[in-house]
Amino acid sequence: MRTLDQVVLEARVFAGLDDTFAEQLAGCSQTAGFEAGDTLFREGEPADVFYVLRRGRVALELYVPGRGELTIETIDPGSVVGWSWLFPPHLWHFDARAVAPVRAVAVDGACLRGKCEQDPALGYELMQRFSAVLLERLNATRLRLADLYGGGHGG
Amino acid sequence: MIRLDGLSRLVGALQARGYQVVGPKLREGAILYDELASADELPAGWTEIHDPGSYRVERRDDDARFGFTVGPHSWKQFLLPSRVRLWRARVNGGAPEIEEEPPPEKPFAFFGVRSCDLAAIGIQDRVLTGGRYADHDYAARREGIFVVVVDCAEPGRLCFCDSMGTGPSAESGFDLALTELVGDEHRFLVRIGSERGAEIMEDVPHEDANPADRDEASTLVDNARASMGRTLDTEGLKEDILQNLEHPRWDEVADRCLSCGNCTLVCPTCFCVGVEDTADLTGETIERTRVWNSCFSLDHSYVAGGSVRQSGRSRYRQWMTHKLATWHDQFGTSGCVGCGRCIAWCPVGIDITEEAAAIREEVGDANA
Amino acid sequence: MAVEPLLVSPGPMVPEPYVVRSRGRETADTWTIELEPVAGEAIDPEPGQFAMLTAYGVGEVPISLSGRGEGGSLIHTIRDVGAVTAELCRISRGGTIGVRGPFGTTWPLEDARGADVVVLAGGLGLAPLRPAVEGLLAERDSYGRVFLLYGARTPGDLLYPQQLEDWRAEGLDVRLTVDAGTRSWLDRVGFVSALLDDVTLDEPAVALVCGPEVMMRVTIGALQQRGVPPARTYVSLERSMSCGIGHCGHCQLGPILICRDGPVFTWDEVGGLLAVREL
Repeated sequence: MRTLDQVVLEARVFAGLDDTFAEQLAGCSQTAGFEAGDTLFREGEPADVFYVLRRGRVALELYVPGRGELTIETIDPGSVVGWSWLFPPHLWHFDARAVAPVRAVAVDGACLRGKCEQDPALGYELMQRFSAVLLERLNATRLRLADLYGGGHGG
Repeated sequence: MIRLDGLSRLVGALQARGYQVVGPKLREGAILYDELASADELPAGWTEIHDPGSYRVERRDDDARFGFTVGPHSWKQFLLPSRVRLWRARVNGGAPEIEEEPPPEKPFAFFGVRSCDLAAIGIQDRVLTGGRYADHDYAARREGIFVVVVDCAEPGRLCFCDSMGTGPSAESGFDLALTELVGDEHRFLVRIGSERGAEIMEDVPHEDANPADRDEASTLVDNARASMGRTLDTEGLKEDILQNLEHPRWDEVADRCLSCGNCTLVCPTCFCVGVEDTADLTGETIERTRVWNSCFSLDHSYVAGGSVRQSGRSRYRQWMTHKLATWHDQFGTSGCVGCGRCIAWCPVGIDITEEAAAIREEVGDANA
Repeated sequence: MAVEPLLVSPGPMVPEPYVVRSRGRETADTWTIELEPVAGEAIDPEPGQFAMLTAYGVGEVPISLSGRGEGGSLIHTIRDVGAVTAELCRISRGGTIGVRGPFGTTWPLEDARGADVVVLAGGLGLAPLRPAVEGLLAERDSYGRVFLLYGARTPGDLLYPQQLEDWRAEGLDVRLTVDAGTRSWLDRVGFVSALLDDVTLDEPAVALVCGPEVMMRVTIGALQQRGVPPARTYVSLERSMSCGIGHCGHCQLGPILICRDGPVFTWDEVGGLLAVREL
């Protein structure tokens, strides 16, 4: 049975994280599970947690009147679900739903923010790692915005 | 050596052998290539004055038959005409029965080919028949043409055949080559370049050339070589151009270029074509036609979604880099023969030699 | 001085008539047609090559081979983007389409033997890659790991959905993604390069890539990080073509003629050229 601080290191964003930091992270964490179809969180609700996904798949959804629920991103094991806990007003921007049975580590956002304030080194380390992921996601999203498949493509 | 009567007899002999003789004629204020009924139709006593963006004909002091260089036409009018039907077909509900267009009945005799234009024909030969596939129509028209070259004694102001290694005199690739000597006696030194050339001379009154004639002819050619109107340094040119695809000069020339495509029309090596499929109103008869295209049109680089070369800058760059650089990669030679036509016929007088030199200058000074 | 003509009869611009044996709709604007010759044997294109397809009286366009059917029939997937392709998509079973070819270079199925292979497709890009995938599966033991990574705009834009399932069932590692999905879409949503995230490859692997040019440019970087060198990354390019035989000048990309030197190239050969705007 692996301990939580070992488990959080499975996430790509935390790979190679210092033992002390991992311990602090684990101190705010607990395991979580969802059945396929379960909602992890809804748009507008308070965002005080994020999930380190170990198994399954989570869909981020946006409800568009007339078009229904659009899946705008899926997150696979090794990635993090949820960023709205980082900054005020700490409210979810999207719905999140388990597409397949999910096993995750749920990290308490408020708890982690508190620890970061007490230990700026932890805060800085996490900011660096989170920024990298956000940048990657941003760029990938921009590419989807370019709507490249429409025309002028290979074949 | 032949004299003026020999020149006329040469045209006659070609016609008698079934050639369609085409050569320079004065028409519509220019010297164009057209059907020659006789040597009398040559532009005797006329010359051309070329400047960037300007062309006009002028009377000479003498009555030289070939006292000019090149006009707006090149021999691609005949070998790669601007509109050619490739085939037509009858559609009877099932598979169309295709009839390829036969080539012209009579082979051409090109009378008065400049060495630069002869080199251009060789360049188009490589493009259109030197690869895996041969252009049928071009190959058929090309086969069996009779070539009478005329050496240049007076290069034009825009000529740079010497820089491109294509003139002013041709070494090979012709049936006959003439050097016109206008002096006390109007005569032509004839160099025979093939068996056909030798054969036809049997029907043309001629004398042996004496050393003085040969000397006079070769002096003319040497002088011509030394008095080119333009030069182009081709050493390392391809690399210099390809390493400067974002040179500010491209923006500068783009400000002047109208993308009119005149240069591609008059250039003797430009070969870009498009293919049009059409049907008559009943839909029963269909045709495929090959037409000249120009890389200056937006259409030329159209892919689903838009044209790749949208800016005038990119299209000028395409033309010039193809002509002077990437032609080497694609076909093993330069695409330019130094005829200078593009400079004369550009409405704003863009000079390819000047542009090439500008690109090669270092972009050093911040004020440049 | 007279040129030695390499004349074949009929000339290289004359299409052979083929009959539409079957046709089916793939997506809102894309159709797949199967062609068999009216007489004689079908031409024999290899994966990666293309044919010039004529809609008689309308025009001719280059279309990559998308498969072979019974008796060597030709399978082509065509997107309706203009007058000619609209007509090719419209011609019903029993109708006639002209074919010239095959032209161009092939996917390097020989050279890839012994290596891990990533087939990366975007949008309509799976069409020219399908014969390559079929070729890899036909000699599965000659290759290491084989992946098909495929992205499209929406689930409805994915080509050959049944075949994707069949390939999965056969054991091919197929990973799909779309730009935006709906509730019924249970697979990934995200940009196609993200599919590389959990792919492990032994160097030097081979990648076969086809899709929008921007997609290819972006994923090449991700491929390099995964151990696929540019010299072993193959792409299929597209440009305007009027002849397919190196005579019309339309398909130039700098020093190369895409109909003659391509359409399949290594990234080494074309990466630099594609980086020059409007070349």
